[in-house]
Parts: sequence; structure tokens; C-alpha cells
Amino acid sequence: MSQPLPGQAQVPVLALGDTLLVSLQGELHDGMAEQLQHDISSRIATSRVTGVVLDISGVEIVDSFLGRVLAEIASTARLLAARTVLAGMRPAVAITLVELGLTLHGLTTALDVDRALELLSPEEK
Amino acid sequence: MYVPEQDADESVSRVVSAFLERRQEQIAQRWADAPLFRSVFTVSRDEAIEACKAVLDALSDVAVSGRFEDIDAPGFGTVREQLGRMAATRSRTGSSPAQISAEVAALRGPAADLLREEFPDPAGPEAQQGVLALTLIMGTLRLVVMETALHEGEDLIHRQRQQLLEVATPVIQLWEGTVAVPLIGTLDSARSQVVMESLLEAIVEQRARYAILDITGVPTVDSLVAQHLMKTVAAARLMGAECIVSGIRPAIAQTIVQLGIDLGTVLTRASLADALAYALGRQGIEVSARADARAVAR
Repeated sequence: MSQPLPGQAQVPVLALGDTLLVSLQGELHDGMAEQLQHDISSRIATSRVTGVVLDISGVEIVDSFLGRVLAEIASTARLLAARTVLAGMRPAVAITLVELGLTLHGLTTALDVDRALELLSPEEK
Repeated sequence: MYVPEQDADESVSRVVSAFLERRQEQIAQRWADAPLFRSVFTVSRDEAIEACKAVLDALSDVAVSGRFEDIDAPGFGTVREQLGRMAATRSRTGSSPAQISAEVAALRGPAADLLREEFPDPAGPEAQQGVLALTLIMGTLRLVVMETALHEGEDLIHRQRQQLLEVATPVIQLWEGTVAVPLIGTLDSARSQVVMESLLEAIVEQRARYAILDITGVPTVDSLVAQHLMKTVAAARLMGAECIVSGIRPAIAQTIVQLGIDLGTVLTRASLADALAYALGRQGIEVSARADARAVAR
């Protein structure tokens, strides 16, 4: 089930020390989202990961589906004792989300990846 | 399109249009002395005559087409801009719409007198018919002038509203990493949208961690305004900035409580200074007077 379908791009999950960096680009399809959730949770479980940074600076539209996926990733990570930070949201995306009433409560946010890593660094804890 | 039956009377429309063309020079000379043209073209009388002729050409076109009472007749299109300019000049000098309308109406007299002279029997039925047609067409001209003037006014209001939106919502940097928006005046949806957009842009541009919304200048807060504030706060949070609402006057605080609006999710401070102090404190910045200054103060 975890094998990506042929022709379907996979979202890369990069490890930076004890932090996972996930950079979302463009649209996220159902299959990709499921694959991504699986990848992140198994990476947290198998390695010493304490933080996850979800970079959405390349995403132009966040709908209720993507909002739910992001919240689910954060909840899963929390269960596995890792903190999740959502980084790089564009102003237009933020306005759309607020107008839709999706304020993504419970998700920590940061201006960009740099700030997100700062938030997750040991001194900040 | 509205074409009354009497307009079908081709002979009348021919007579009127021929008259307007033939006696153009004379009518223009008389109109140039009328208050409307004299007050708009104060410098050059030739220019006034040129303007009169342009209007007469248009009227003649309208008369040929027979659409005496149609303000959308193609003839009027060519003079609309000129008439609008004239009406705008008049209203700038303080004339009321009624005055401008009366001034346009005053143009009918001289032209009607000339038209009457055209007929062998100035009181006969043919002359009456011609003057009636001219009266109709002048009435329509009056409508066109008023419509154009109103349109100009609406454009002006629209432009000024845009400018007001931009001017009334500056985002200022209070400290490195701290921006503030002093809100002044009533907060409606259009304005809160502009505030939200400019605030988020500023957060990205200045890499701000703290954003302060100061509502000292907002006269009243109702549930709608509170909702706008909460939306802005939520949007700023999504961008990774913490938002503080400051400048809540005691009366407004009471209103908010009485209306049962829950601002529990919003960080609030009484004054802009308190909000800035909070933002600085959170960033580990301490502001204190120098030791020697403290000694002087004592």
C-alpha cells in the first residue's frame, strides 16, 4: 500500500539533524497525502526525530482537505513525541483560510523554514 | 429602445436638423453669451463658440435620427465628455445641480426664437411643431448633462473611497520584528480586508514576529467588528506572527462583555505602549533608562 503509483510524484522528506523537513509543492493528491503521512510517521518512529517542519511556501491553495491532512500529520507526530511547525504560508493563503473559517488551531506556525527550525531548536524548548 | 410615435414625423425632424445646421453660427454666438458657456470658458469666447458648435452638431445628428427623447442616441455620445467637463466645472464653482439644469434649460430660448423666425407664420401650426421638437431635444440634452454630471460625481466618490482605504491603514514598524496598525474610524468588511492584506504583507516583508492592532481610534466595536479583528488575528497567526489587540477603551471593553463577544483567543492589552512592552519582553529586549538619567530624574 505504501508503494507510490507509477507516474505519481512523491513528496520528499528530508532529515536535518533531529528534524524532518517536508516541502510541499503545488497540489497534493489523495494518494500523495496518504503516502506522506505514512512516510513521516514511520520516519519519526524509526529515527530520533523531535520536530517536523511542514514548508508550504510553494502551495498556492490550501483547501479543507489539505488543512485536514496537515492537522492529522501534526496530531500523529505529537503522539510519537515530535513537534510540528507549519512554515511559509503565503498571505493570500492565510486570508483564504480565515475566510473559510479554517484557522488550523493546535498547529504551531512560523514565517519561514528558518524561523521554524529556530522554534524547534533545543534552546527554545 | 424608446421611440415615441411623434418622432416618426420625418418632416419635422428634417426641418429641425436643417435649421440647426444652417443657423449654427448664429445660435452659437447667442449661446456663447449664455451663463453656462460664459462661466465655463472664461478666457476665450472663440473656444466657447467652438464648444457650442460641437453641441449643435450633436443635436443636429440626434434630430436627423428622429430620436428626440432618447438619451442614448448616438449623437450625444460625441459631446458627452465635453458636457461632463462643463458640468463638472460648474459644480466645482459651487453651482447646485438645479442651477446647472436651469442654465442648460436657458439655452432653449434663443434657439427657439431663431427657429420661429424661420417659418413664414411664426404662430402657425408648423412653427409650433418645430418648436415643440426643439423643446423635446433640449430637454433630452438637459437630461444628458445631468446624467453625465452625476456619473462624474460617482467616479470621484469611488476614487476617493479607494484612496481613503489606502491612506487610512498604514502599517508601521515599531521595532525590529514588531509591526503595528493604528486603526482609525469605523472598521467595515472592505477596510478590514485591506488591513489584513497590508498587515500580512508587512509581516512577510519585515519578518515580524509580533503584530499589534491598535483600535484606539475605532469609535465602536460590535460583533461584526470583533469578528473582523479575530479574523485578522487568526490570519497573522497562520503566518507565524503573534497578534496583540491594543487600545481597548473601558467603554468598549464593557460593550464587548455586554454583547457576549468572546475575545478569549485574542491577546489584548490596554494601550499601545503595553502591547509594545509585551512584544519586546517576549523577544528578550529590555528597555530602561540609563543610570545617569535616573539620577537626574531623582
